[in-house]
Amino acid sequence: MFSPPLSESHSPAAEQAPSDRMALEVSGVSKAFRVGNRQIEALRNVSFTVKRGVVTGLIGPDSAGKTTLMRLAAGLLLPDAGSIKVLGHDAATQSLAIQSEIGYMPQRFGLYEDLTVQENLDLYADLQGVPKSLRPARYDNLLQMAGLTAFTKRLAGQLSGGMKQKLGLACALVRQPPLLLLDEPTVGVDPLSRRELWEIVYRLVQEQGTSVLLSTAYLDEAERCDEVVLLHDGQLLDHGDPKVLRESLRGRTYAVTSGAVSKRALQTHLASSPAILDALIQGDHVRIVMEQDALPPQPGSLLPNISDVQINAVPPRFEDSFVALLKVKTDPATMITLHHTPASHATFSVAAGTAQQVITVQNLTRRFGNFSAVKDVSFIVSKGEVFGLLGANGAGKSTMFRMLCGLLPPSSGSLRVAGVDLRYAAAAARARIGYMSQKFSLYGNLSVVENLRFFSNAYGLSGKRGDTRIAWALQEFALTSSADAVSGDLSLGYKQRLALACALMHEPEILFLDEPTSGVDPLARREFWRRINALAEQGVTIMVTTHFMEEAEYCDRLAIMASGEMLTIGTPAEIKLQARSVDLPDPTMEDAFVGLITSHEAQGAAA
Amino acid sequence: MNNAQMRLLGLIRKEFLQIVRDPSSIAIAFLMPVVLLLLFGYGVSLDSEHVPLGLVVEQPDADTASFTASFGNSRYFSSVPFRNTPEAVDAMMAGRINAVIVLRQDFARRLRQTDGAPIQLVVNGVDANTARIVEGYVTGAWGKWLEHTALQQGQTLNTPVEIVNRVWYNEELESRNFLVPGLIAVIMTLIGALLTAMVMAREWERGTMEALMVTPLAMREVILGKLIPYFILGMGGLALSVAMALWLFHVPLRGSVWLLFATSALFLLTALGMGLLISTVARSQFIAGQLAIITTFLPAFLLSGFIFDINSMPPFVQAITHVIAARYYVAILQTIFLVGNEWSVILPNALALVLLATLFLGLTRLKARKRLE
Amino acid sequence: MLRRIFALMLKEFLALLKDKRSRFVLIIPPLVQLMVFGYAATFDLKHVTYAVFNEDKGSISRDMIAAFHGSPSFQEMPQIERNEQIAVMLDRKTVQMIIHVGPRFTADMLSGRPAPIQIMVDGRNSNTALLIVNYAQDIVNRFNNDWVAGNGGAPPAHIVTRAWFNPNLESRWFFLPGIVGLLTLLVTILVTALSVAREREQGTFDQLLVTPLHPAEILIGKALPGFLIGIGEASLIVMVTVFWFKVPLLGSLLTLYTGVLLFLLSAVGIGLMISSLAVTQQQGMLGAFFFMVPAIILSGFATPIRNMPALVQDLTLLNPMRYFLVVLRGVFLEGTPFHLLIPQFWPLAVIGVVTLAIAGWLFRHRLY
Repeated sequence: MFSPPLSESHSPAAEQAPSDRMALEVSGVSKAFRVGNRQIEALRNVSFTVKRGVVTGLIGPDSAGKTTLMRLAAGLLLPDAGSIKVLGHDAATQSLAIQSEIGYMPQRFGLYEDLTVQENLDLYADLQGVPKSLRPARYDNLLQMAGLTAFTKRLAGQLSGGMKQKLGLACALVRQPPLLLLDEPTVGVDPLSRRELWEIVYRLVQEQGTSVLLSTAYLDEAERCDEVVLLHDGQLLDHGDPKVLRESLRGRTYAVTSGAVSKRALQTHLASSPAILDALIQGDHVRIVMEQDALPPQPGSLLPNISDVQINAVPPRFEDSFVALLKVKTDPATMITLHHTPASHATFSVAAGTAQQVITVQNLTRRFGNFSAVKDVSFIVSKGEVFGLLGANGAGKSTMFRMLCGLLPPSSGSLRVAGVDLRYAAAAARARIGYMSQKFSLYGNLSVVENLRFFSNAYGLSGKRGDTRIAWALQEFALTSSADAVSGDLSLGYKQRLALACALMHEPEILFLDEPTSGVDPLARREFWRRINALAEQGVTIMVTTHFMEEAEYCDRLAIMASGEMLTIGTPAEIKLQARSVDLPDPTMEDAFVGLITSHEAQGAAA
Repeated sequence: MNNAQMRLLGLIRKEFLQIVRDPSSIAIAFLMPVVLLLLFGYGVSLDSEHVPLGLVVEQPDADTASFTASFGNSRYFSSVPFRNTPEAVDAMMAGRINAVIVLRQDFARRLRQTDGAPIQLVVNGVDANTARIVEGYVTGAWGKWLEHTALQQGQTLNTPVEIVNRVWYNEELESRNFLVPGLIAVIMTLIGALLTAMVMAREWERGTMEALMVTPLAMREVILGKLIPYFILGMGGLALSVAMALWLFHVPLRGSVWLLFATSALFLLTALGMGLLISTVARSQFIAGQLAIITTFLPAFLLSGFIFDINSMPPFVQAITHVIAARYYVAILQTIFLVGNEWSVILPNALALVLLATLFLGLTRLKARKRLE
Repeated sequence: MLRRIFALMLKEFLALLKDKRSRFVLIIPPLVQLMVFGYAATFDLKHVTYAVFNEDKGSISRDMIAAFHGSPSFQEMPQIERNEQIAVMLDRKTVQMIIHVGPRFTADMLSGRPAPIQIMVDGRNSNTALLIVNYAQDIVNRFNNDWVAGNGGAPPAHIVTRAWFNPNLESRWFFLPGIVGLLTLLVTILVTALSVAREREQGTFDQLLVTPLHPAEILIGKALPGFLIGIGEASLIVMVTVFWFKVPLLGSLLTLYTGVLLFLLSAVGIGLMISSLAVTQQQGMLGAFFFMVPAIILSGFATPIRNMPALVQDLTLLNPMRYFLVVLRGVFLEGTPFHLLIPQFWPLAVIGVVTLAIAGWLFRHRLY
């Protein structure tokens, strides 16, 4: 259980503060929506306040009610019960006054993609009534801050995700609002851009005293906030200083290594232990969080059957406290053992020597007009490997995936997946791969079972076998209770599960996952990766793209791409090693990534 | 310049930039009128010309010759001789001719008997309109022949009542003169609705509406910001259509060109209002598109009086035509083009357009709330 | 293979029919439009408004005017007293026709001289004007015949008219089969023109392409729902046409359905081709419009193809509606046997096969 004194020590103090010191006061707010025939309670009796002049993080898993809360605060929705005061105005009755004062960036940045950077700024300056005389200085300032000075004539649609996000922010800031609402500004954006966004936010708070309310699903960002509001399932879980929340877990976090078994096997063992709340692979070790009442772990008692085990205490992270809070709310995660036998081993007709090379890519290039999305890329993926592909938006990851899956012909170079080029191979060869696309592409108005049945039939699974697989999918992915729900109404985490289930119906040998965890909360991501690990243990080759640096740690090997080129390739440890310096003796994956990209950009600028 | 003007101008500038960047709007406003007017102006005509008539003369002689001669050479009909009835009937079944005139073997003999000789006319009634025209034509030829024979025999024929008909405003019955103004109405309906049907829905789908709403903009300004640019674009398309009507199709313009543009502006407002309403209510491009297809083209084509006479429709259909804006615009256009500034026709129809425009735009204003639900 | 196609088809059906709005769009508007357009699309004139300016005081003019009065096609408005009123009434659209009988009408009639009457028609819609003139001529002809017969005279020859297939020359019989074609086309295009574009936008099309489904299977799976919905829709509309509007269906159902199937083949093919060419739904929608509007206007639905310039007539050879309308009108009204319609059947089949092949090819080769 989470220690109760903590939440009490913070919230009451905030409530007693005089209201003119509050940027936002939410009291007893409830909000429900109808989706199809179901009533969904997005928010249930939520109360909290946001102080002026600080960054407050709105943290919560997917469908916790973060966006609803943001929209309520912006006067875009009316609460069913309770009231919201924004900068002293009532959100229900004085929404226009609020909208004239605050800056707001919706999830998709609110940019016109067919307008240039300058035109977008002009539009919002016009709408916000910024006097013409003040504009040149203001624009200079904003463009410089967003690093867009050189791109004013470029169409917003042609900017990278990170640049779009910064432009969106610049547009929201064009009139120096006292309160800034940012709805998941960092979703789907690479770590470098996220870092830059945070720098801008800090500068605003420091230089102009702006109040910021920012929602995010990235837990490492929570630690950057002055205060956090934790939402789960429409209810307020906690509210306070993230450092205090984090510190409550001190003494419960450890790193475990073993020279005897693989990290995945180790993780599986650890995760099954009742004393352990959470076990995660991190590079070459497994990071564990102990249950609240558990004794400090000893190698002998924790892992009696495994030799050469080392356990070291490590400092807690915010994510630990988040998981600790949520795990008691949700059912304890069941052990996941996927019964998966990759089909058609017999047809694996490649020569014995190369049998382990499941994917080979040589000098692969793809051009669109005179723009090269993928430039001369080569790599090899072996059987049973989890191979990660990291890169900023527009780095060429998705183009690479589409070529590997045979959806797009390469301009030059060669590629082999399971010994064939899927674009030209017989349709049956495609039965050996599974593909899960970025958007969890499902048929939104079909139910869960209908989606499963469709994909099992599309993969040619005949009657009885199809039924078995559908039953398997419903059970393994805990979808039985929502079997008849329309898949478009599912929460993102469930959509992701269903999409993975659909991609696994035919037990493929190779699995392609294109940003499979984007926008999904940490618990769902853990569960997802547990499944992926189980698959890898059974010999399935997995190729995955991701923005999450901690997910890069789960991979056996990974490659980092930028503007179509492959910058580096190696194990997570090797890549982190590249970033090691005197200042950074123990670099994180994010440090390594940011370092590689910046030096690449510096090279590009020099050339 | 105050803030409200600045906001509106900003929105309008944005919309124009989007129009310029997306060639499909330009295509709708300028390419579509040209293509459709060319295609229909040249392609569609209700003037039946060279309708083929089968002529079967079982026993040719002087009497039958004098009768067949009366068909002569007409712009509207051409006669095709057949040797016998079955052949002609086959040709009619196969659609090669529209009617058969049969003069029986005993034509000459019965001509001299008291009850007279029958001239058999078999028309293909499938296309009832053409059938009636054929019937009228044959009757006319028959009358001329009767007069002619009577004159030859030194008698004057007793045709009691003679119709002298005059078709006002379009003496030559040139169907292009009424089709082209009608087409302008259909095309303006398409342009107005297509231009705007998707634009609001698109802002909802792309998430930009959410960002617009959290600015000091009033919803009225959002609607005006959409209406004004597409109105200007639509008037451009209209000017192009009118120019083509006048100088390419030589439709006479008897009224004032200013009145034409003033009433067209009213109609355009109605059409744009309908598109905006669809777009606002649907919030999804898919549904908005389907609604636009269903509610614009066919109603404007069939219920506006463009081709089919509204007076001849049953009362419940006539009642429905009252909400079809094209109905009023067709009446106005045909009057301004062919009659002149006839205020007694133009005023009530223009008033109806004002009412409809107010209705559509008012509903849009009501439905477009500055909230997300 | 059959299982896979069936699965695809089932999915398409569920996707189309599960959504309430989607079901609504497929069923209600076509029926409403059939009822409205079925009544609206006719060249048979009713209630043509007219006024009489009778300067003649005799009884014969009254008899003749009574002939107009008794016709259901005409509806009399108040009499005209002065010459100046004529222009005003026509200009203002108070009436569509004015009958002017001169002061010597009865005298001329009695003395055996031709007695002219003047008929003035509003030519704003020249087609309606022409029809009005024809109707008036009919009435006057009948009056003349009665007059001549009543005075013991008879012309040496008279016309005996028979209208085949449509004895009362009801133009509704001509337009209703056309509307069957119009609405079948509308629904089929609505179902198919967005189906691929929508999946591309949502990303599910990629998901389909990485399964072992062959493009031909995807094509069949996508085409069949449009096909089956088209058949259902066409059958419904045909039933309303026959049982509600009482249009005779003389030909065999086999011939009718051969035409329906082949037409649907080509309509589905064109719809899918537009859809696979389009990158976004908006483009799909515009494509559907740009196809449908000319396809309907240049089909012979309202204006005969024979009247079009040669170039446009050649263009209509590519229009499946053109062939389908001939089949529909032939089978409904003329009972045209199967073999006479073969010249209409094969172009439909060719258009269908070619467009479907292009659509299938585009599935894999369309780049973004």
